[in-house]
Amino acid sequence: MTQTEALKEYLLRLADSDLILSQRLCELCGKAPAVEEEMALMNVALDLVGQARNWYQYAAEQIDDGRDADKLAFRRDAHNYRNLLLTEQPNEDYAVTMGRQFFFDVWHYFTLKSLTESSDERIAGIAAKAVKEATYHLRRSSEWVKRLGDGTEESHQRMQEAVDILWRFTGELITPDDTDRVLAEAGIGPDPDQLANDWRGMVNEVLTQATLTPGPDDAWMYMGGKHGEHTEHLGFILAEMQFLQRAYPDATTW
Amino acid sequence: MYAQLVETGAKRLKTRDEMSPEEREFQEKVDAEIKIEPKNWMPEGYRKTLVRQISQHAHSEVVGMLPEGNWVTRAPTLKRKLQLMAKIQDEAGHGLYLYSAMETLGADRDEEIEKLHQGKAKYSSIFNYPTLNWADMGAVGWLVDGAAIVNQVVLQRTSYGPYSRAMVRICKEESFHQRQGYQILLDMMREGTDEQKAMVQDAINRIWWPALMMFGPHDDESPNSQQSMAWKIKRKSNDELRQMFIDQTIPQLEFLGCTVPDPDLKWNEETGHYDFGEINWQEFYDVLKGNGPCNRERINTRKKAIDEGAWVREAAVAYAKKQKQRAQAA
Repeated sequence: MTQTEALKEYLLRLADSDLILSQRLCELCGKAPAVEEEMALMNVALDLVGQARNWYQYAAEQIDDGRDADKLAFRRDAHNYRNLLLTEQPNEDYAVTMGRQFFFDVWHYFTLKSLTESSDERIAGIAAKAVKEATYHLRRSSEWVKRLGDGTEESHQRMQEAVDILWRFTGELITPDDTDRVLAEAGIGPDPDQLANDWRGMVNEVLTQATLTPGPDDAWMYMGGKHGEHTEHLGFILAEMQFLQRAYPDATTW
Repeated sequence: MYAQLVETGAKRLKTRDEMSPEEREFQEKVDAEIKIEPKNWMPEGYRKTLVRQISQHAHSEVVGMLPEGNWVTRAPTLKRKLQLMAKIQDEAGHGLYLYSAMETLGADRDEEIEKLHQGKAKYSSIFNYPTLNWADMGAVGWLVDGAAIVNQVVLQRTSYGPYSRAMVRICKEESFHQRQGYQILLDMMREGTDEQKAMVQDAINRIWWPALMMFGPHDDESPNSQQSMAWKIKRKSNDELRQMFIDQTIPQLEFLGCTVPDPDLKWNEETGHYDFGEINWQEFYDVLKGNGPCNRERINTRKKAIDEGAWVREAAVAYAKKQKQRAQAA
């Protein structure tokens, strides 16, 4: 795999993960457990779409086949999507929503933090802005995991179940493949070992404070999103998200 | 935005002689355009009327997220998605801000929300209409936020300080939403396909009359209107505001190259205003009574969100309590 190929793949992973998670958060509009949460969820989702747009724009330049950011977002089918499986998992209850957010935010924060020092200046620039947002996202989702984990008996039980349900999707966050390794070696992407250690360290710390038990070290992990092999959920997410672009393919402006 | 038919509890206006010394002093302040602040004495009727009006307004902001939430997952481009999300976020913020203003009057947010869910409190009738195509996101921004602004610009001068200040802030953001909404329609009319243009006209056809209904029924000699005017909670009549809205909107409509579904609409050289047809008041009162296209869905969605979120809020309270105890023990 060449560095250029790896870069294209990696930019799509960042963009797609942001967009798909944001899409899940948008589904909660008007349905959050408090008005304050409506605001916060939409705020996080908004940050993620903004970041996705930046990554797509750079990806479009690299791919250079005439497609722009919108074409990449709204005209690719599921097998061409490169988001982490975690991000496409359904909202379920607020424990799952927050658990998914937390596992993602830890990964996102350390990834972006590392990318601020990328040898690719464009990436470093986008990451520098994004990491500020991700810092806030992580603080917020950590707080919620602690509140729910160490709140009432019911919330503890729900939060533990959420951790158990989502755990199998976390391996993909910290298991590197060729793309990750090529970019790490070039000084473009994060060091995979460092990222995995940081992720485990932070997750364990917060879960312990939240009186929650992480999944076992040898847990079976469901992976494939980074290569376009998704869960059944993604097709439906895209069917909804891409509806207008698919139904009116002749429209050039919206 | 969004307060229609607010009860004042007044049977008729009191004369100066009938007022108690406090009432007289209060009325003189209001007449002199001095803002009433939370700690000032105020008649009970004034307080209750404001709680009703501000809570209606706050509920409307929150319920109003639903028709937009209906399209936020289907916005056609990243730019439009970002804009719509930012608008929805602003609305949640307006809701919070207004609930806070309401709480300065001694009302409780949870209690008022409970009244909404029981069907005892109102919100603007407009949000009981469905959003059926993407152009609705443009038409809602342009017409619904537009109608709200006409109302709210006047309310910036309302007599109650916290409400007046909330309106100043909210108006700024809503003017922005209105321009964005109009731009969505303008872009589709200028550069869109025939199907997109048809979408725009369809959205305007459906939203036009409900938007006019947002200003409420004709003003009559009812004691509610008179009392609200005397207290300067209300500053202009429903019909005056509706006329202002129509007069400013029709030139924008023409610039779009669209029409409204009103054969009686025409410029009146003599009055310097647009004449327009009669609103279907039966529909207005039906929707207010709960018989609009989406009344049930809107309330059920809100009720479900709050009911199913109870364990989340309880957990937050329990956790905060534990943290406090730990801090004290340490």
